[in-house]
Order: sequence, then structure tokens, then C-alpha cells
Amino acid sequence: MEWLISFSIGVLTATGVYLTLRARTFPVVMGLTLLAYAVNIFLFSMGRLTIGLPAVIDKYAEEAVQYSDPLPQALVLTAIVIAFGMTAFLIVLALKARGELGNDHVDGVEDSPSSSVQQEAK
Amino acid sequence: MTLTTFLSFNLPLVALLPFAGAIFAAWASKINRLASAWVAAFVTILALACLAPSMALPFAGETLIQSWDWMPSIGLEFAFRLDGLALLFALLILVIGLLVIIYARYYLSKKDSMGRFFSYLLMFMGSMLGIVLSENLIQMVVFWELTSLTSFLLISYWQHRQDARAGARMALVITGAGGLALLAGVLLLGYVVGSYNLTDVLAAGELIRSHDLYLPILMLILLGVFTKSAQFPFHFWLPHAMAAPTPVSAYLHSATMVKAGIFLLARFFPVLSGTPEWTWLVGGAGLITLLIGAYFALFQHDIKGLLAYSTISHLGLITLLFGFGTELAAVAAIFHIINHATFKASLFMVAGIIDHETGTRDMRRINGLFKYMPHTAVLAMIAAAAMAGVPLLNGFLSKEMFFDQALTASHTSIWAWGIPVLVVVGAVFSVAYSLRFIHDVFFNGEPVNLPKTPHEPPRFMKIPVDLLVVICFAVGILPMFTVAPILAVAVAGTLQSTPPEYSLAIWHGFNLPLLMSFVALLLGVLVYVMRKRLFEWHESSAAFWDARIIFNAVLGWVNTLANVVTRSFDKGSLQHASVWVITTGLLAGFIGFATVSAPLLGERPLLPVDAVSVLVVIVLVVSSVLTVLWHQKRLVALIMLGVVGLIVSLAFVKFSAPDLALTQLSVEVVTVVLLLLALYFLPQITPKESSDSRVSRDIVISVLSGVGVMLLTMAVLSRDFAPISEFFLLNSVPGGGGTNVVNVILVDFRGTDTLGEIAVLALAGLGIYAMLQGMKLPAPDHDNHGRLWNSDLHPEIMQTLTRLLLPLMIMIAIYIFLRGHNLPGGGFIAGLIAAVALIVQYLANGIAWTNDRLKFDMHWVIGLGLLIATATGLVAMSLGYPFLTTTFTYLNWPVVGKFEVASAIAFDLGVFLVVVGATVMSLVELGKLSDQSHKTSPILKPQKETL
Repeated sequence: MEWLISFSIGVLTATGVYLTLRARTFPVVMGLTLLAYAVNIFLFSMGRLTIGLPAVIDKYAEEAVQYSDPLPQALVLTAIVIAFGMTAFLIVLALKARGELGNDHVDGVEDSPSSSVQQEAK
Repeated sequence: MTLTTFLSFNLPLVALLPFAGAIFAAWASKINRLASAWVAAFVTILALACLAPSMALPFAGETLIQSWDWMPSIGLEFAFRLDGLALLFALLILVIGLLVIIYARYYLSKKDSMGRFFSYLLMFMGSMLGIVLSENLIQMVVFWELTSLTSFLLISYWQHRQDARAGARMALVITGAGGLALLAGVLLLGYVVGSYNLTDVLAAGELIRSHDLYLPILMLILLGVFTKSAQFPFHFWLPHAMAAPTPVSAYLHSATMVKAGIFLLARFFPVLSGTPEWTWLVGGAGLITLLIGAYFALFQHDIKGLLAYSTISHLGLITLLFGFGTELAAVAAIFHIINHATFKASLFMVAGIIDHETGTRDMRRINGLFKYMPHTAVLAMIAAAAMAGVPLLNGFLSKEMFFDQALTASHTSIWAWGIPVLVVVGAVFSVAYSLRFIHDVFFNGEPVNLPKTPHEPPRFMKIPVDLLVVICFAVGILPMFTVAPILAVAVAGTLQSTPPEYSLAIWHGFNLPLLMSFVALLLGVLVYVMRKRLFEWHESSAAFWDARIIFNAVLGWVNTLANVVTRSFDKGSLQHASVWVITTGLLAGFIGFATVSAPLLGERPLLPVDAVSVLVVIVLVVSSVLTVLWHQKRLVALIMLGVVGLIVSLAFVKFSAPDLALTQLSVEVVTVVLLLLALYFLPQITPKESSDSRVSRDIVISVLSGVGVMLLTMAVLSRDFAPISEFFLLNSVPGGGGTNVVNVILVDFRGTDTLGEIAVLALAGLGIYAMLQGMKLPAPDHDNHGRLWNSDLHPEIMQTLTRLLLPLMIMIAIYIFLRGHNLPGGGFIAGLIAAVALIVQYLANGIAWTNDRLKFDMHWVIGLGLLIATATGLVAMSLGYPFLTTTFTYLNWPVVGKFEVASAIAFDLGVFLVVVGATVMSLVELGKLSDQSHKTSPILKPQKETL
């Protein structure tokens, strides 16, 4: 199971990184969202994987009960919300850039040094 | 309030009052131009009044120390100290400050902003007071840096002038760099002594002087001193700082800023002096500064330039005295600090009056002013005579002591006979330039085409000068009855012991110092008479001496280097930068793996794999890969992204994290709606613009990143570890009153973190709101394939259904919120669910319709949420517990039964409100954008026919 989770995190990271390296704002925002999933699951899994043991204390338990690690969960919970705030801010920033600059290139210029197709054409 | 209680906190009040006053001074200028001057004067008098009750203590030989804990864990205190030295400087700063304020009120013209001037001046005054009154050395360095910053603002006060900006920048670079050196020196000093308190440092002189680090400490502290007090080789910034308004020069460059370095010399005198290193470094720099300052002063044509170099020279004199290292030399140094402050401040003010009344400061044009402004001329002559060291004035007394000390020093070795000779050479030039100041300006023919006809300035502009000149006289004639007491305590404060025997009399009989004085006076007159030939010689070699050229060259070189380094990494392209960041991360990870010899996997038993999980992971992989493959068709890619998000929340369900699953699920909904809204305004497809080689490079980078992260995760997951969560699991119920540990951590154990997080969320929401204000984007009326957008914005079936759903969803949100402390749920999740409920209404019914019925302004909701969350913390504080401490109790209500109430629920309510407010506001504002853009887009008429 650990291999499956690690593999999923790896795939999310790879796809996220690839999209982050694109030249237009929308794919970059999607890439960051994918990276955020990867990071959240990664952080969460640092508490190790447990099945069926949510961290809700059983007050009436007779003997010692095992629980999943609540600390990474609390961290990730706020991380999810903050990631949403960041995504929202970024996408609006992208809109603002489009409105002000007239294009959706990450550098704000269609004819950017990083758009290598055009660079090679020159 | 008794005097004793007041004396337990008056010193920080003295230092901090001017800062508070600065705000008022800036504000007062809105009412009336002159009001800020009144505020500034009032604040200064108030600070003097606060200082007054404690003045008796240094005279009684006591040191007043007031301290509060700052960071007790590392021995830092917020501590103030008043001894004789601090008292002398505080009085100089406040009294001369008051005179400068009165003077500046008449000096500044109608075009100058009074509020800005006086608030800068007050901030500077506060920083200076902070330096001299600090007991803690770190705190002193903070105030020291503040003087650099505020003096930068003051020097560049006339921002439209290029020379003012350049001069201010030079002063900031030099003194700021010195400040860094000083910080390093103070840190070393604290390390050696084991305490940052002056009391401990002053008591540890022996230890410091014999320590291996003595030389580095001395050099670093001296760097701070020399840069601040314009000592060679850092003297060149001071003349360029003369671009400041004259009241600033009178204040900063006579009595305060440049004296801060001297103050530090005096402060550390008992600790650092008495070694050959001290004598060489301090004495050497002082002597050179004394000579070059006096020499260059003579050749300035700008009155203020002359005064600036003369200041450099006198600062060199004081430094040299400290360099001698004897107790009597320290007495002479302190005495000269007082005298220099009085005559130099008055001379600067006179220079300002002349500038003000003639419109120029060029001594080649200003001549014969005596008959236009006799009163000012007399004042200037007296002050300049004091500067030259003419008998019966204060400058004479301290100069006599100085000559005496120079003679004493000449006995120390064979070659030291040169010291008195060089000192007399300095004094000769000092006489010459003082004479030039008097003769050239007030006599020497008629003025040469002045912009204005000169006349006496307003009465009150002269009063500060009058007072200072009277002091020069009084101290010069009756030293025992005027300056003696304060000099005695200041010396005691400097030496931290009983002052040595010294005599302040005017007449000591015919002796060598008197002879030196007369030789200097005579030769000085001679030099001035022969000035024409000297000037010719000097002009021919002047360019060689300009340190500004070197400074600018060095600065330019540093700038070029910085640019080259920056440009080679940042080519103005985000993609480029991202590649750098990611490959650096990859490299760091690779090094980490490569250098550890442990096996990749640990011993922890792995969980068994089941078929459903495999299936789900396959869906996840396929959909995330499809997101990438289809990323050019943006809508499809977004749908795939949504699938990925849902599977992530399934993963949280599987691995015992119900709270996370709920959060992820609701965030996913909101995110997709948000991205859909935004997508409407962005191009629907991404053009293909990456070359094949770039695509393959990016694929390599991303696959490597993915593999790296996978291996890292696996390496961690296959090892056992000792969690720190045991504490939370054990204390959740007894300490936090809730069984849902995740929620208890959020609202109780780590409440301050959560407060920070909701503040970030609130900021993101407000930032989005601010960015979208007044923004208009072209709204497309058809999609990529030329199909028109559906104009039936609010289908009726959806409207009806969502209206029915609203109360249900809100109820679920409330339920989730209330049970959050004990079962999965809580403010974050409930907030997201409520936000989804509201957003659905906006989607189905339109913004106008919903806003009519939903009367909350989301700004208020966010603000209220933050307020409630903070207030819960403050309530705990007001009851004497640490910030955000919670409590809970059990209530037994009829029907409902026994249940518990935790105060943390109020905090959670704050979280709930912020989440609802920020989320709804972001989406609704984005939605409004469509309304705004449609109203302005004429093409988009209703297209009923397309249905």
C-alpha cells in the first residue's frame, strides 16, 4: 500500500512540475494545484498510513486504543484551505495580468525570451 | 503617582515620546502649517520634563537603570540607563533640538512640507535619545540604525534635488555599513562578557582587553564610530550631507548624529582604551581627520562646506583626545564636545540665516554683509572666534586642555614630539578658516549680484543663535559657575569612576599651551593673509583629493557586479527561474540520497494492497496524466483536475483522516467553480509554443522530480518513528474538552497557528477583492468552436432545486460546525460547506438576486471572524492566561442532557466566518467581473435565438 501511495505522490509531483513549467498562466495554476495535492498527501503520510483508526478519542474504550497521527492531519487541513486561498489569488492575478497586459503568458509578454519556438524562429 | 514610580519608567518615555510625537507632527500639518512646529516643540519640552525628575541622580553619583524582560531566554532586556554621560548627551539632544525646532519654523519656506520635516526631526531625536539612554547594547544598535535611517530622510528632505538624494544615499551607505560592523562588534562583546548590559560590560574591562577577541571587537566598534563621526577615511560623506536643509545640518552635524560615534568612544572608553591598539587606531584616525578637515575647510567656497570640514576637524580633535587614553584627555574631550555643540550649532544657524536672506551660500559672492545684518554678524563673529579658540570664549578653554594633553603625549616616546607640532598646524588652519568665515562673509567689499537684498532675519530666528552665543561667552568667562557641574558628572559617567583633578580656570600662567595658542592665532592670520597663493595651489591639485570619485567608483562596481550575477540567473523569464529552482531542489535531493549509505527501505511492515485501492490509484494516475496531456484544451484538463481532487479526498477517507476528506471535498468543489469562472476570461486553449527539445527537457525534469519524491516518501513510510502526537492524544479530552483530536489541535493546542492561517486566508480574499476592483476584461460571446454561449443564465429547474437545498445545506454546515470538537467537522469544514451553499445560490440565481436577499457584506464577515478569533485569545490573556488559552465545562440541560461547552468554539466560529467570507467574496467578485465586462461589451446582446 505504501508503494501505491508513494507512486501516486510521485505521479502528482511529476505532472504538477511539468505543468508549472508551461508558459501560460492557466496550466501553471493547474500545475500548482496538482503540486499542492502531492505536498498535502506527502505531509499527511509522514504520520504513516493507518486504516480505520481516525483520531477521534473513544472515551468509553476499556483498553488502550490505537489512533492515527492527528498532528500531520491538523497541518494538512489548514494547508488545504491555504492552498485554495493561494490558487484563488493566483488565478485572479492571472486575470489581472491578462487585463493589464493583454495576454496570458507568464512573463506578461507574448514575445518572451522563454517562448523558445519564437526564439528559434528568429 | 509618586516620583519613585515615575522614576521607574521615565527613561523609555523620554526616548519614545518623540516617536509618538512624530505621528502627531505629521498629522498636525494638515490643520495648520505651523502646528507641526508647535507639536514638535511641545513634545521636546515634554521629553525634557520627563527627564527632569531623574536629573538629580547622576549628580548624586547614582546610575538609574530601568529594565524590562525582552527575550529572557537569551538574556536580552529592554533596558535604559541614565548616568552622567547619558545625561549630558540627552540634554544636548533635547536643548539644541528645541532651539533647532524654533529656528526651523522660520527657516522653512511655504513650499516645504512642515509635517514631514518635523516628524522626521522628532523621529531622529527619539533615535538619538535611544542611543544615549540604552543600557542594553543590542537595543542601542537598533536605535543607532534608526539614526542612520532617519538622517537619510532628513538629508534627502528636498527630494527633488539630485545632490540631496546623492548625499543622503552616501551617508546611508557609509553609516549603515558602519552600523553593521558595530552590531558585529557588540555581539562579540556580549559573547566575551556574557551579557549585553552596559553595566556588566563596563565592569569587565580587564577581561575584554586581555581577551583574544579584543582586536576584532575594537576594530568593529571603531568602524561604527568612525563612519558615524566622519573620521578618516570615512569623512567624505559629511560635506555631501550638507545638501540637507540648514536646521538639519545644525542639529545632525553639530550636536547629535556625528556625536553619536564620539558618544560611543566615551561610552567604551573605560573598557577598550589603554592599549597600544587603541592609541594607534583612535589617535591615528583622530590626528589625520583633524588635519585634513582643517586643511580642506579653508578652501571651501560654500559656507556650509567650510563648516562641514571644520566639523570633521573638530571631531578629529575629540577622537584624538580619546586616543591619548588618559583620564585628563577624556575630560578635555567631553568639554570640547559641549563647546563644539554650542558654537557649531550657532554657526550653522548663522549660515542658514545668510542663505535664507541672500539666496546663496557662495562666499565668493557673499561679502560685506556687516552693514546689512550687524546683529547676525556679531553673533557669527563670536561663535567663529570660539571655534578658532580665541581667549574668553569656550573654545579657548577646551583647546588649551587639548594642547596640554598633546604635550603630555609627546613625552611618551621619542618620535611623539611631532604630535604637538601637528596639532598646532591643525589649529593654524582652524584659525585661518574661522577668519575666512568672518572676513569673507561680513567684510571684504560688497556682495556680488545676490538673488536677494540681504537684511536681518525675523527676531525669533535669531533667538536660538543668541542663546547659544551667550553660552559660548558664559562658559568661556565663568566656566566654574556654568559648565563645571555637568562636565564633572559627564566625566564621572564616562570614566565610571571619580574624575581626576583638573582646573577650568581661564588663566594658568605663561606656559606652553598658551604659547601654542598664540602661535596658532598668529600663524592662522598669516595663512589667511597669504590665502590667494594657497588657493591657487590647492585648486590645481583639488581633483586628486575627492573621495567621492572613489566612493562612486566602488558603488558603481558593486552595482555592476550585482547586476551581472542577477542577470545570469534571472533572464526575465518565469520558466527559466522555475527550472532553476526545481533543478536545484533535485540536485539537493540527489546529494542527500547519494551521501547516505543506509538502505532505501526500512524495516516497518507494509500494509497489504487491496484491489479497490489499486483501481483508485489507476484512475488517479490516468486522470493526472490526462490533465497534462490535454492541458492545451483547458476545460477538459480542468475536469480531469477535478477528478484528481476527488480521489485525493478518497485517499484521506481510506487512511483514517475524515476531517481532511471533508475539507478536501468541499475545497475541490469551490476550486473547480473558481477556475471555471476564471477560465471564461482566459483563452480556451493553450497555444503550443514549447519546442520539442524544451518539452523533452521538462519531461525529464518532472519525471526525475516524481521519482525522487516517490523514493523519498517510500524511504520514510517504510521506517518506524516516534511521533510527538502522544501528547495531543492524551490531553485532547482532559485538556481541550474534545474527542476530535484534529479539531482540538486546530482550535486549542495550536490556536495561534490557526489564527495566522485564517489571517492569510482573509488577506488572500481581500487581495482578490482589491485586484478585481474596476477591472474589465473582454468577455467572449462564443466558445472556441464558434458556438455562442448559452444566454439562459439561470435555468428554472436549477433555481428551484437550489432554493430548496439552501436551508438543508446550511443546517448541515451548522451540524458539522457544532459537532466539530468531538467528531469530524469544525469551523474550516463547516465554513466551506456554508460557502458552497451560498455559491450555489449565486450560480443558480445570479448575483443581483442573491445579493438582494443576502444582506451580509463579506468584508464585515471576514473582519468579524478575525475579531472573534482574536478576542477569544485576548479574553484568556485578560484573565491572566497565555494568549488563546481555552477552557471548557459540562452543562446539564433538561431534555438535551449533559454536554460540554468549550470556549474554543468561539474561536472556531471566527474560523468559520473567515472561511465563509473569504471564499464567497473571492467567487462572487469574480462572478461580478462577468457582469461588469458584459455591461461594457456592446457585442453581447441577448441571443435568444440561439436557444
